[in-house]
Amino acid sequence: MSKAIQNILDHYPAAVFRNRKEHILEKGGDKKEITANTRTVPGIITSRGCCYAGCKGVVLGPLQDVCVIVHGPVGCSYYAWGTRRNKAKGRNGKNFVQYCFTTDMQESDIVFGGVKKLAQAIDEAVELFHPPAVMIASTCPVGLIGDDIHAVAAAAEKKHGINVTAFSCEGYKGVSQSGGHHIANNGLITKVIGKGDMKVEEGKFRINILGEYNIGGDGWEIGRILKKIGYEIISVMTGDGAYEELINAHAANLNVVQCHRSINYIGEMMHTKYGADWLKINFIGVDHTIKSLRDMAKYFNDPSLTARTEEVIAQEVEEVQEDIEKYRKILNGKKAVLYVGGSRAHHYQNLLKSLGVTTVMAGYEFAHRDDYEGREVIPSIKEDADSKNIQELKIAPDPEKFKMRLSKEEYEKLSKEIPLNYYAGMIKDMPDGSIVIDDLNHIETEEFIKMLKVDILFSGIKDKFVAQKSGVLSRQLHSYDYGGPYAGFRGAVNFARDVSMGITTPTWGYTTPPWRKEPAITAEFAVAAGGAK
Amino acid sequence: MRQVAIYGKGGIGKSTTTQNLTAGLGEMGKKIMVVGCDPKADSTRLLLGGLAQKTVLDTLREEGEDIELDYIMKKGFANIRCVESGGPEPGVGCAGRGIITSIGMLEQLGAYEADLDYVFYDVLGDVVCGGFAMPIREGKAREIYIVASGELMAMYAANNISKGIQKYANTGGVRLGGIICNSRKVDGEKDLIRAFAKELGSQMIYFVPRDNLVQRAEINKKTVIDYDEKSAQAEEYRMLAKAIDGNDMFVIPQPMKQERLEQLMMEFGMAGI
Repeated sequence: MSKAIQNILDHYPAAVFRNRKEHILEKGGDKKEITANTRTVPGIITSRGCCYAGCKGVVLGPLQDVCVIVHGPVGCSYYAWGTRRNKAKGRNGKNFVQYCFTTDMQESDIVFGGVKKLAQAIDEAVELFHPPAVMIASTCPVGLIGDDIHAVAAAAEKKHGINVTAFSCEGYKGVSQSGGHHIANNGLITKVIGKGDMKVEEGKFRINILGEYNIGGDGWEIGRILKKIGYEIISVMTGDGAYEELINAHAANLNVVQCHRSINYIGEMMHTKYGADWLKINFIGVDHTIKSLRDMAKYFNDPSLTARTEEVIAQEVEEVQEDIEKYRKILNGKKAVLYVGGSRAHHYQNLLKSLGVTTVMAGYEFAHRDDYEGREVIPSIKEDADSKNIQELKIAPDPEKFKMRLSKEEYEKLSKEIPLNYYAGMIKDMPDGSIVIDDLNHIETEEFIKMLKVDILFSGIKDKFVAQKSGVLSRQLHSYDYGGPYAGFRGAVNFARDVSMGITTPTWGYTTPPWRKEPAITAEFAVAAGGAK
Repeated sequence: MRQVAIYGKGGIGKSTTTQNLTAGLGEMGKKIMVVGCDPKADSTRLLLGGLAQKTVLDTLREEGEDIELDYIMKKGFANIRCVESGGPEPGVGCAGRGIITSIGMLEQLGAYEADLDYVFYDVLGDVVCGGFAMPIREGKAREIYIVASGELMAMYAANNISKGIQKYANTGGVRLGGIICNSRKVDGEKDLIRAFAKELGSQMIYFVPRDNLVQRAEINKKTVIDYDEKSAQAEEYRMLAKAIDGNDMFVIPQPMKQERLEQLMMEFGMAGI
């Protein structure tokens, strides 16, 4: 075990030590298996979010033509309002992403139940906005008092003749926001995807982009490239996504998966239900964007598509090469720590490497073991009460819409070449000696930054200022601060520029906090000061 | 002002006992307020001769902030002030939160400032959640009486309630005043409850015998004292009132393990059989 890891663990009392040592490993060391998706030690100051954040905040929130009504007191809705920078342009004059819909439960709604108010909120939303769908996300108190939101949804669906789907994503469920992703995935696969009447057509390059939330416009940049090559994007889940597009997602010839953690359930369930394969791609960084585009071309195996792919890659690379080289000179030799959700801690390593930055430590907030070690470990993941508490749907092939996209031979050949229905996880891509850490907490963030002498921490709002106040640059990779897009070719330049700006203006490092200059406490002798005798 | 809460297993006769007991205290000239903490709002029915007043929570919901005390508090038999907390329909909302809200509202309205001798809280069922423990928290009720019978489930509930009292005894200052045995005519009942109360470190404060007159009075929406003041059962309730008025034994209960409870049942419930 590395000295740094040992040092951290030495801080802990026995019980915490036993817990945390399972969540940390050194690549290339004896420990190969990491513990993830388990309860955080109480009081340790985690950066994790809640089930509601995963369901409403991550997966449902970006759907622009849906009124997502948050059932609960106003706070949960208010703090999920426009904070995630998932951009949306609007379709057919409908863009509700800027709005904040909530039942704003009051004390009497808690005492007498909030279902009437919820039904009224749906009526009002339908009357004012005429959305094609309404979704309801419940917060903790709703689960405690047992409001039957699913019955309200069913009644409203009958009344208004539109899709109304309820999600029991009370914040206290599960160990992190991960449970909320799963709940959202379950609702979308049962109530939304496949409800449209589009048919699968062979020979078309129709895709869905899964797990792309259009933070800072990432999805738009990815879409630009894909459309330029000739892909038809049926739907995006869910950045700049729309209910009216999601219903036809079953007709895509391929699903490409950006964020594995938050959407792999839909990828898998669509594979079973409609026969569509999913392909793990990564549009962060030039190299991986190129690889992803080539993998997609391999899947479709069409000479003109392959040729067009290479053409576009050549054009795009030429456009950014010079800039990347310029920023590489500034950033070369720097060290970074990545601590982001369930995919970016992996995706950004390659981009950083191409800019000469070494990722010395990387960790996920809410990932599962497969996101670290690859999907091959799924059969050996121990289920516990927390994971069993989130419903696992039993999916069967759709009698009308199921259609195998590839022959068995084609499938077997291809799966050897490209990550088809497979994610290899983060660890394999990391160099020996780097640290892998799950559910990083406050003290570990501070101490590792010091010990590993890192130049930049890529994380979120909760630990950004911890790093900056210690004089170390920090950039948010959940929301991209005020920047983006960072995906694709041009995105890589944006990212390189933003990081270079930070590195070359180390403002925080120049400030000396008062406790470095003045003693924390002062005292004087009472007698000398003329006080008590 | 003595603040009393009556707890006990659902259906054991808490409301009936509370109203008959307060009728007895009222007859003695005491000034009393009864606060019903049951969503059914039937804790003051016998004192008022039927379901009469608006509940606190209904009023809060319908009238908003502007509530007058007189609107929710009605005077019944022997000038006893009657308030019903109320609550949601069965199966919806949160009755526990309702009780918390309601008691808070009564305090805001100054219901406790009158020169009362007694406030009685009649609390629904077992102490199932924080809301139902509200009267024992924060010093709202100082003394608790648990209504029980010689049936195992009633004693089991009483033991559980004692756990709730023990939990809040140090912070809220609440104490157990005793067990009121509302007889179900089971074997060895009096000795059993006496032993059970002693095991808790408390006392059986009174043994109320079973009498069909109670049922008849209930049908007529009256307390027994009101319905048939000369009856033997009316006298029993007067004795209970006197026992409580003169009570000076207030303890932090020592709840027992399930095994010990069952042992007591074997020892006393099967005695002489």
